[in-house]
Amino acid sequence: MRRVLEAAPSFSVRRSKIMEISIMLDKLIDGMWVSLLIFGTTLIFSLPLGLLISFGRMAKNPAVRTIFKLYISIMRGTPLMLQLMVIYFGPHYILGMQISPTYKNTAAAIGFILNYAAYFAEIYRGGIESMPVGQYEAAKILGYNKIQTFMRIIFPQVVKRILPSVTNETITLVKDTSLAFTIGVMEMFTVSKALVSSQASMLPFLFAGIFYYLFNLIVAFLMERLEKKLNYYR
Amino acid sequence: MSLLKISHLRKQFDDLEVLKDISLEVEKGEVLSIIGPSGSGKSTLLRCATGLEKPDGGEIIYQGTFGLVFQNFNLFPHYSVLKNITDAPLKVQKRKKDEVLKEARELLKKMGLADKEKAYPFQLSGGQQQRVSIARALAMNPDILFFDEPTSALDPELTGEILKVIKDLAAEHMTMVIVTHEMNFAKNVSDKVIFMDKGVIAEEGTPEEVFGSDNVRMKEFLGKFAE
Repeated sequence: MRRVLEAAPSFSVRRSKIMEISIMLDKLIDGMWVSLLIFGTTLIFSLPLGLLISFGRMAKNPAVRTIFKLYISIMRGTPLMLQLMVIYFGPHYILGMQISPTYKNTAAAIGFILNYAAYFAEIYRGGIESMPVGQYEAAKILGYNKIQTFMRIIFPQVVKRILPSVTNETITLVKDTSLAFTIGVMEMFTVSKALVSSQASMLPFLFAGIFYYLFNLIVAFLMERLEKKLNYYR
Repeated sequence: MSLLKISHLRKQFDDLEVLKDISLEVEKGEVLSIIGPSGSGKSTLLRCATGLEKPDGGEIIYQGTFGLVFQNFNLFPHYSVLKNITDAPLKVQKRKKDEVLKEARELLKKMGLADKEKAYPFQLSGGQQQRVSIARALAMNPDILFFDEPTSALDPELTGEILKVIKDLAAEHMTMVIVTHEMNFAKNVSDKVIFMDKGVIAEEGTPEEVFGSDNVRMKEFLGKFAE
């Protein structure tokens, strides 16, 4: 735990007791970019990874299926906060590796991607399994191979079906980026928590709250537009 | 020339024997109707013949290609009418785009759907959807076209338009195998009729022979329709 506390930032308050609001905002905006980076990296990697995991989860081979089922079960059944800790401290305490201070950003990315991929895998699975068997049969009779059937017929329809669940998960991710605080990543929540302590002001929390809320408003707006775009068919 | 030859086909689901030693042949240009009570195995026979079910025994030999028209159409809802018809010829058969488009539009015209190429399946009536699915099957230029109860999912007033399309195809000597509950239609359009009962072919022959048969089960079956 000490490592985490050391990693947490401490701002100098020697010169003036009260920091200018503009300086505070600058620091918060730096944190905002880190939060956005965690968010973007997680989505870009966990969405495709989740699809691969869902294939493993639905594999014909029972051994493969069980492995992926176990993976999903662990990822969903333990706190993300704990997973981040294990990924951050594990290499040092379990494997005896020397870890650099910048590793915490990588650790956060790995933790988020692995965790969210498990949730997305189950969403994909639900979507894929909800497809009527007639779609596969029609594709088979028309001579589509397995890859064509999935890419041209099944997947586009799955995307439409799972979009509301993906939106939910994405909104949760916006807020979950704040869990990177636990391993000292300088994201929005970590910065605002430090500022609140050093400045004895609730203002940074207000900013952080507004940031998360606006971020999610934008996410919800974009996803709604995407849903509408896919409404050209039923 | 026989385009399809099925010999000693067997299929069972767990302990239930659905098809017991079925043998039949389909000649080029022939229209074969398969009738029989539900549970007699006629749909399973069609699904085995088209590779959707794996038979437990017997042999299926094709000379050429086949298409299938489903009871529930199974159109691709995310594709427009035109794309439903052209996608497989383009992506599976890898034929030339202008040729495929031309042929698809001709098929749509023939199906009375020339103005619907941009529509999506959900915007069409059941009868129109089934006509699109027939066009989709024909666009692959199959040697045999199978129909699995093509009018069973339709409102009664829409079955006529589908039966007319099939009748027109018969006039063009399209080889067809039709599983149907439309007795009058089977009687009028078929060259050969097969009556299936409890997993076996109980009667087979010309429509006159089969519909005039003394087979007790056949009479019972037809009696239900007369009621």
